[in-house]
Amino acid sequence: MIGRPPAQDDRRDARGRSATGVLTAVGYPLLGAALLVVLWWLAIKLFVEPGSFLSAFAPDRGARALVDLVGDGTLNRHVIASLKRILVGLGIAAVIGIPFGLALGGLPVFSKTIGPVASFVRMVSPLSWTPLAIIWFGVGDQPVYFLIAIGAVWPIALSTSAGVAALDPQWLMLGRSLRASRVELLRTIVWPGIRADVLTGLRLALTTAWIILVPAEMLGVDSGLGYFILDSRDRFAYSDLVAAIVVIGALGFLLDRAAHYLLTPRRRTARRPARQRVTGPAEVALAEPGAREYRI
Amino acid sequence: MAASPLRVSGGTRRFGARGQQFTVFEGLDLEVEAGEVFVLLGPSGCGKSTLLRVIAGLDELDEGTVAIAAEEHGRDVGIVFQQPLLLPWLSVRENVTLGLNYDANRSADEPGLVDRTLAEFGLTELADAYPDELSGGQAQRVSLARTVVTRPRVILLDEPFGALDPLTRRNLQQWLLGIQQSLGLTVVMVTHDVEEALLLGNRVALMSPSPGRICRTWELSSESREARPMADLREEVLQTYAEVARLAPGNTSGFAAGL
Repeated sequence: MIGRPPAQDDRRDARGRSATGVLTAVGYPLLGAALLVVLWWLAIKLFVEPGSFLSAFAPDRGARALVDLVGDGTLNRHVIASLKRILVGLGIAAVIGIPFGLALGGLPVFSKTIGPVASFVRMVSPLSWTPLAIIWFGVGDQPVYFLIAIGAVWPIALSTSAGVAALDPQWLMLGRSLRASRVELLRTIVWPGIRADVLTGLRLALTTAWIILVPAEMLGVDSGLGYFILDSRDRFAYSDLVAAIVVIGALGFLLDRAAHYLLTPRRRTARRPARQRVTGPAEVALAEPGAREYRI
Repeated sequence: MAASPLRVSGGTRRFGARGQQFTVFEGLDLEVEAGEVFVLLGPSGCGKSTLLRVIAGLDELDEGTVAIAAEEHGRDVGIVFQQPLLLPWLSVRENVTLGLNYDANRSADEPGLVDRTLAEFGLTELADAYPDELSGGQAQRVSLARTVVTRPRVILLDEPFGALDPLTRRNLQQWLLGIQQSLGLTVVMVTHDVEEALLLGNRVALMSPSPGRICRTWELSSESREARPMADLREEVLQTYAEVARLAPGNTSGFAAGL
């Protein structure tokens, strides 16, 4: 059975749902995956002596381990633990990153003062904080939340800030002319105007968070996919390790797709109108806004 | 008779830092009567848009005062810009309602007000449409409805038809005239279009640039319209306009200043 094509929100793909369209959407990715498995199998076949411990890394061994691990529920526990950490970490990153991005994009003094510091902190790999995180928060979930949040906060903050900076200043003028208070401006004009940017930031942050998650779970916790990888190594269960890697890749892929689907706004959001400036009689526009692009 | 809804006395506005200051307008007086259309006519750069922004509360005078008689319900002034500035994520109805959701205008709201306004502006059937489905003329009507619905005492129009094609422009001018009279709106309008000024204005004030001041005012009451031929008046206004435009800084290419 060919699976349902992955959720499409890209209009280019949605336009022509012909047989070739389905082939492009599903067939080629499957072909790529098959190619990877073949190369993987070949590499083990050619370079690894049969019976050596490395042969446990073969795709068929991994697949069998995966079936067993899913079957006896071992993997589910770790997947759920990991997903929970991702959600909490992302939540913290959003709660901090969105207001931070608003300030960065909207307050020039703040961005001049804090901007360079933020760039400095952003360049420190989140995992560099691991020892500090464990000293601060002890062992358990909290240091993992911290590491995910400190990595995921930047895409959110920067996208939000870019959205604020690109907001049409005329919309703010309009709001003020209608006597909106600052809070009302934020609620009715700024937030809807930057929502698409914030969602983009969240998607990027999810990817970052997923990449941080696995190494972050290698210290101080006894569940999660990162923990499971180390645990498999310690048990010399290399086929389990392979299964875990496949699950991490597949879940990350699915999360990214899901985020793409859920967080891409379908209804009109703020795409600012083509900006035009009419400064004098010589430039009086001769077309209605719909035809603007064709002028000049 | 009630006090005039809007009076500017000795209005002066300067831009720029001390030393290189540029006086936009100086010692400017004007008084607008209830129910009239007062047109500020002038070449670009004469400061008429800045004056409008000052009256709208979006900018401040360096000297002088703006006095606006407050309405019992609703607010004192509302402005309509050259661009409709509709929020693309809101439907026509939601765009029109935007201002009523703000605390400052809540007292203007009453049951049925939005529906009535949509009907008055011929927007009932477009109520659920989104801005990217509207023509330029329709969008500007929504923009005007959004301001009128908050029931400002004075409505300021900053070249509201400047970005429209000539035909739509002409239709909207006629339509504005009708709605202004039926709702008894007090309007201050800025334009550089002499035809538009003569068509819509009860009074037309010509502003001269650098520094901006009102150099001449024409009364266009119905009596005076009958008393002298329109063509004659148009000729006079055009001629004065041409003289004034020559004063504009770097007149031939001076439109770029856009003040």
